[in-house]
Amino acid sequence: MKPASFEYWTPTSVDEAVKVLSGLDDPGDAKVMAGGQSLMPLLNLRLSQPLHVVDLNGVDGMADIRREGDTLTVGAMCRQRAVERSAEVSAAAPLVVEALGNVGHPAIRNRGTVGGSIAHADPAAEMPAVALCLDAEMVAQGPAGGRVIPATEFFEGFLTTALTEEEVLTGIRFTADGPGSGSAFAEVARRHGDFAMAGVAVHVRLDGDTVAQARIAVSGVGLTPVRATGAESSLRGATAAEDAFAAAAAATSSALRPATDLHASGAYRTHVVGVLVRRALRTATDRARGNR
Amino acid sequence: MSDREITVTVNGTVHTALVEPRRTLADFLRHTLGLTATHLGCEHGVCGACTVLLDGEAVRSCLALAVHADGHEVTTVEGIAEPGQMHPVQTALWESGAFQCGFCTPGFVMTIYGMERDARAGRGCPRSRTEIREELSGNICRCSGYQAIVDGAEAALTAATGSASGSETRR
Repeated sequence: MKPASFEYWTPTSVDEAVKVLSGLDDPGDAKVMAGGQSLMPLLNLRLSQPLHVVDLNGVDGMADIRREGDTLTVGAMCRQRAVERSAEVSAAAPLVVEALGNVGHPAIRNRGTVGGSIAHADPAAEMPAVALCLDAEMVAQGPAGGRVIPATEFFEGFLTTALTEEEVLTGIRFTADGPGSGSAFAEVARRHGDFAMAGVAVHVRLDGDTVAQARIAVSGVGLTPVRATGAESSLRGATAAEDAFAAAAAATSSALRPATDLHASGAYRTHVVGVLVRRALRTATDRARGNR
Repeated sequence: MSDREITVTVNGTVHTALVEPRRTLADFLRHTLGLTATHLGCEHGVCGACTVLLDGEAVRSCLALAVHADGHEVTTVEGIAEPGQMHPVQTALWESGAFQCGFCTPGFVMTIYGMERDARAGRGCPRSRTEIREELSGNICRCSGYQAIVDGAEAALTAATGSASGSETRR
């Protein structure tokens, strides 16, 4: 099918984009377009028929990758393929690069953006889980100015974020990995590039062989990506070894009640998450040991 | 909604046209310009048949608007070789017998052509069959069983990397 008619807006600055949105009778009638790799299918299938499309592709200065001290800021309009190939991101937040390899296919990532994926907030998508795992901060701009939203408060529900209808996500801030840090991403999908039945993002910091901090986010198991807080506290202070990983996997799985749908049963998802948590913890702690 | 004037370079020719903002790049190529070699399968980014190069990068033309190509360069399968000739990628696929019905072929050709260009430019490209499969994972073929397509891609990329030796393999 083809998209339904819409009024098309092409702001050239973030301020202008916000002005367009806040100037509409009902900003809820508008969709903001980034790379379009999620929105275009919805428009083509007419699952979404917005009256207005506000296209960010002509906005300047939203596609920069900047490192200032310990903070890595990825512009919301950075194409996923560019981020995947960025040495700066690879050094500061390797989890982002690893997870991006699972997003769609290369031709999708050439166009898709990191900000678009996060603002779309598909609970089975990779970037929202990564943002949640890394305690990323979403930088948004609205009519009242800018604000910073922590990942833990950003994902509110199915395809629903803390962004208001008049706000635009402008960038994502990550804290750069320090010594002793390691991360890993793992997911199970029917075909490579499909949305995962379940996925796991893990970040650990080791102090010797002891886990100083562990962060685990799970995708595809609910209306939003979720943090496995029980597993995280079970790991804190534990020796980074199989026993602790198994306990964390059990704690993660037991806290989840994923739904059954045509892709996978809830029981299967619960099982898969446990396996993925163990695998990702093994990989992440190995990487942390190599990063002293 | 009002039409927009766009200027797009397609296969080296500059086209200026009025388009509805909702017109996809795929429909612009096929209906406005009559370049029907770019095929449309699923229209939601799953099948890869509509893959073209936008400023040298493979993209789904069903998931971009025509207005997104304003001021940019598009390459379709019509533009990779002189009329009546075949590009080395096409020859490699031909020699591998990499098609049956041919509907998906333009998308495969453009995806492999994008990699082949990278290889020739010494930018590195996938070489192993696993890497090639990963790069081709976004193109669906219902007839061939893929082996012959991977064979053709491997032959084309091996020839191209041979001509740009010393290039580094991506990842």
